[in-house]
Order: sequence, then C-alpha cells, then structure tokens
Amino acid sequence: MRYLLVEDNHELAEAVINRLGLDGHAVDHAGTLTEAEDWLAATGYDLILLDVMLPDGDGRDFLARSRARIETPVIMLTARSQVSDRVGALDQGADDYITKPFDFEELEARCRAVLRRRGGSARNEITLGEAVFDPMAGTLRHGDVSVELRNREIRLLEIFARHTGQILSKGQLMDRLFSFDADVTENAIEVYVGRLRRRIEGMGVRIETVRGLGYRMET
Amino acid sequence: MWRTASIWQRLTLLLAGVAALLSLLSWGMVSALAREAAERTQDNVLAASATIIAETLRSEQGEVRLELPYSAFSMLGAISEDRVFYRVTADDRLLTGYTDLPVPRPPASGNSRVGFETAEFRGEAVRMASVTRQILAGSAPVAVTVTVAQTRAGVSAIASALSRTAAMLSVAFFVVAVGLSAFAARASLRPLNEIAAAVARRGPSDLRPLRRNAPAELAPLLTSLNRLMERLGLSIRRSEDFIAEAAHRVRTPLATVRAQAEVALRSVEDEDTKQRLRRMIRAVDESSRSAGQLLDHATVAYRADDLARSRIDLAALAARTAEALSPTAALRDITLRLDTRPAEVTADAVLLDNALRNVLDNAIKYSPEDTCVTLAIRHDSTFARITVTDEGPGLGNAADGDLTERFRRGANAEGIVGSGLGLTIARDVLVAHGGRLELGAGPDGRGACVSLVLPLS
Repeated sequence: MRYLLVEDNHELAEAVINRLGLDGHAVDHAGTLTEAEDWLAATGYDLILLDVMLPDGDGRDFLARSRARIETPVIMLTARSQVSDRVGALDQGADDYITKPFDFEELEARCRAVLRRRGGSARNEITLGEAVFDPMAGTLRHGDVSVELRNREIRLLEIFARHTGQILSKGQLMDRLFSFDADVTENAIEVYVGRLRRRIEGMGVRIETVRGLGYRMET
Repeated sequence: MWRTASIWQRLTLLLAGVAALLSLLSWGMVSALAREAAERTQDNVLAASATIIAETLRSEQGEVRLELPYSAFSMLGAISEDRVFYRVTADDRLLTGYTDLPVPRPPASGNSRVGFETAEFRGEAVRMASVTRQILAGSAPVAVTVTVAQTRAGVSAIASALSRTAAMLSVAFFVVAVGLSAFAARASLRPLNEIAAAVARRGPSDLRPLRRNAPAELAPLLTSLNRLMERLGLSIRRSEDFIAEAAHRVRTPLATVRAQAEVALRSVEDEDTKQRLRRMIRAVDESSRSAGQLLDHATVAYRADDLARSRIDLAALAARTAEALSPTAALRDITLRLDTRPAEVTADAVLLDNALRNVLDNAIKYSPEDTCVTLAIRHDSTFARITVTDEGPGLGNAADGDLTERFRRGANAEGIVGSGLGLTIARDVLVAHGGRLELGAGPDGRGACVSLVLPLS
C-alpha cells in the first residue's frame, strides 16, 4: 500500500508514517498542498490522508479543486467541530473522515473500509500456498471459492502473511491485533489463531505453534 | 406616553386635530355669512318697502296724502312671518302708523337715501329702514319720512337653520377627514411595516442584507439595519472560525501525543512502561472526546433555534450513519444489523445524523466483542422510532432523565472513554424536532435499548 499523508504537523506525521510503516505500508509525506501536488504528479497512491487546515490553504478546497483529476480515495483528518465540519468534508468528495486525535486501529479500519468500497486492487494481493489473500478487501480466495474474513481474522492473517517463517510472540500479536486498552488476555490470541487455522485448512498453508515462543506461519 | 404612542396614532391624531380646527373655522364662517345674507335680504326688502310707500305719497290741496300699498307689506311677508311696524311722518307730524316707533338716524352718506337701524321696540329687536322724501305741499316743501320696521326672529331662524346645516356638514367633513387621515397615516407607514415584517420573517441565522425599495426617509434605517446584520454575521463567522481554530489548536497536539505514545507502546518491551503509555493514551482520548462533544453540544444548541429542515428518509439516514460507524464496529468484530423501513420525517439532517451517531457510538462502545448491535426503524401513524439495541451491560437502574443530564455517566461506564454528553446531545436534537429520547432495556431484559422518537412529516 502506498499512502500520501498531507499534514503540516511534523511530529504527528512522523508518528503516522512510523506506525503505517510497521504494517509494511509506504508513506510519502507532504507538509503543504503545493508539496502534495508535486507528489501526486510524480506517483500514484492507493490512499490519501488529507488534513483540513494546512499552511497554504484548506484541505477541503484542495479536494474540491482536484477531485476531477484524482481518483485516489481520500480520508480527511479533521480537528474541527464534528457537526459543522463532517458534512463539509463528505460533500466535497472525501470518502471518509477521521477526527483527530485518532486511534491507529480505527484509521486502519477506515482505510480498509474505504478501499473495500472502492474495490480492492490486485497489487495488494498476497499468495499464501494455494490461496490468494487480499488484506484490503478482506477476502481469501482458494480456487473458485472466496471467503470473507472478519476484521480480526484479516489482521491476524495479514500479520502472519507479511512475516511468513518468522516466530511471532503472543505479546506481539496482541499489540497488533487489539486496541491499546482492550481488556484481553493471551487466551484471546489462542481463540483467534484457532479460528484462522480452520479458515485456511487445506490451502497449503498452516500456522504452527512454537512452544514457549509463539506462532509461525509456514507455506 | 406620547413618545411611545404609535406613529400611526400620532399622525392620525394630528391630522384629526387639524381637520377639527378647519371644520370649526368653516362652520363659523358659513354661519356668519348666512346671517349676514339673511339680514341683508331683510334690509333690502325693508328699504324697497319703505321706498314704495314713499313713492305713493303725493300732495293734494296742500296736504300730504297717503295710500298704503298692500304690496309694500306683502313683500315683507315673503321673507318671514315677522311682525311689521310702520310710521309715516311729515315734518315730525304723524300721518299714520305707530307713534312710538323710534326714528332711525338719517343715512350717514349722501348717496343712500335709506337709513337703517336696529332698535328695541315693544320688547323685541326690530330692524328699521326709513326713507325721507321732500314733497311740495302747498307753498312749502314738507319732509316726509317713511319708516318700516320688522322683528328679527324669522331672519334669525333662517340664519340658525343655515348655521345648523353648516354645522352638520362640518361634522361630516370632520368624520371623513379623520377616516382619510387614518388611512393616509397607515398608507404612509406601510413601507415601515413591510420592513419590520421582512425582518421578523427571517430565521435567526439569516443575515443577508435586506434588499427592497424603501421611501427615501427609510433608506437610512435600512442601511443601518443592513450594516448591523453585516457586523453580526461577521462576528458569528468569527466566533465559529474561532471555535474551529481552537479545536484545531487543541486537538492537533493531542493527536501528536497520542500517535507518538502509540508508536512508543509498540516499541517498548517493559510492561510497566506500557501501562503508563496506555494511561497517557486514555487521558488524551478523554480530553479530546470531551472537547469534541462540548463543541458538538454548543453547535447543536446554536442550531436548535434554527433548524435547517428538509425531508429525510430515516432508513437512508440510518444506513449512512451505520456505514460511517461500521469500521469502528468492525474493530471489535461487532456486527451492525439494519432492520429498517422507509419513514419520512422533516428534520435537520446534520443534527439527526449526529444524534443517531452518538447513540450508535455508545452502543458499539459498551458492547462486548463479537456481538450484535441492531438498528431498527418502525413507525405508526404519528411517530417514527429508530431503536438501537445492543447486547452490552445495559443502562443499569438509572432513571432515563439522569443519563441524559450533562456529564452524567452510567454506573457501567467505568473504564470506557466517554464525555457524558452523547445522550444529552441526542436528547437535545430530538426535543428540538418535537421528539424524544427513550432509554430502556433490551427485549429480554438484557442490553440497552435506546429509541429516537420523531414526529412523522
């Protein structure tokens, strides 16, 4: 996934880039609308995260201006009053919006939802044994059969898929899978791994338990 | 009193005063003229009568002879029923008539041969005319004076009758004038009333300048009114911008803190540090959520006075709101189930969306993972009802009113980020639309069931 983040607060931008990078996404950062124009002219993106208040203008105006040229889905990052601003952002062609400060899990979920609405793209697909997994659309295809996965299954499978052959501890999986303050125990990981194992049964890929260390996906 | 009396009353009163004065004046003048005309007529007839009698005098054998012509008196009878007196004297010697009738003074000027005078005779006012003529009787000329008198009652009656008619006409004139004054006052005040009505018709946030053709006198008022509205609009825009700017200034650094803390949470191993970072994030969420809800609450309170009403299909609105919240629900594997039917209401779409979002957001927040939140729409003939049911811990025993109070949170809210304003906002929105918010338990006593009740359009 390639993101363009248009945000003038550098500390926030750095944290977003860092966090999305952890999930294996590439993020380009523009601090102003002019920079954003330059990036957009140079490369194509899967998704644009656009701040509303930028030093050289209003993100919504930018969106209204460039909507005709740019087909990339856009999620607005807004820090303004919800009632008065939400409508404005959607009316001007944004696919969704998220209010600052946001939960990364929620940002990711919203990105996923927007991309799913727009239809997934082939370049995001990951081959797992005999199956094809589209983490953005949340589907797992095996031959003619396509299975819709639930949110946590998608994210768990994505983590395994991006780290095949690596041992992932229950702690690591918990951090990635649950929101920071979810009240869950390591048992929950065992439940989700169990579900996922049933989903991928017979697809030439499996999740092994490495006693005392965690889990590993093998193809 | 006079300062606060209506301009219409003042103007009418003023014009009526003028009309009364004019009526009185014209009545006075007409009465005087009528009296004068009647008196002059009497004078003329008296003079003619006296002259005719004088003409019939002739001298016969040195004696003055008189034959009273009947016509001389019938003339006098023609103008009124007044009594007539006469006296004819030759050189102060009475020829015929009433001895005690006073003799008027001879006319002052030489031109007129007739002298007039008003005098008292036998207890009544009489008007007299006398003509003196020289007649040659015998050798010496004799000065014969003919005096004819008539009482004035009849003449006065005629004058009074004329005066009464004049008074009646004056009153009629006055009444018509007052009516016309009231009409004229109203007509000239109509542009003012039209401007007032145009201003009154407006919603509180409609601050466009008034564009209408006003009389020159009202143009300054219109201009100042438009300037005031312009300034008011500017100050409202400024405070809205200020709120937006304030939210931006507060939330952007909060977003930075949260994002950095979350990244740190990922990279540290020490459980104690992780715990501290989690607390930080929670505190950030609390404050940013409160700030957001406070701003929403203020916006709702402001807009409730002036709803931007349009016809809305609740099913479509619910579908949109549910879709917007589905990623949040999906995060915790909560399924949003829609069971809607079309129901049309007249409402402010933005506010209604916000109310439903608050209720739905609550349901998702308080639901356990991997459960279902149901959004149903039903309606009877008068009310539509959006019901949000969850499988969470329910609302406890708190009375409905308590949870919709500002900053009041349920007994089960422990450990879940919230501001205590969500239901307050939802309730305010519904009340502004003539509806209500109902809180209760789910179908079999489990979970919470929140209903948004709205009148159908």
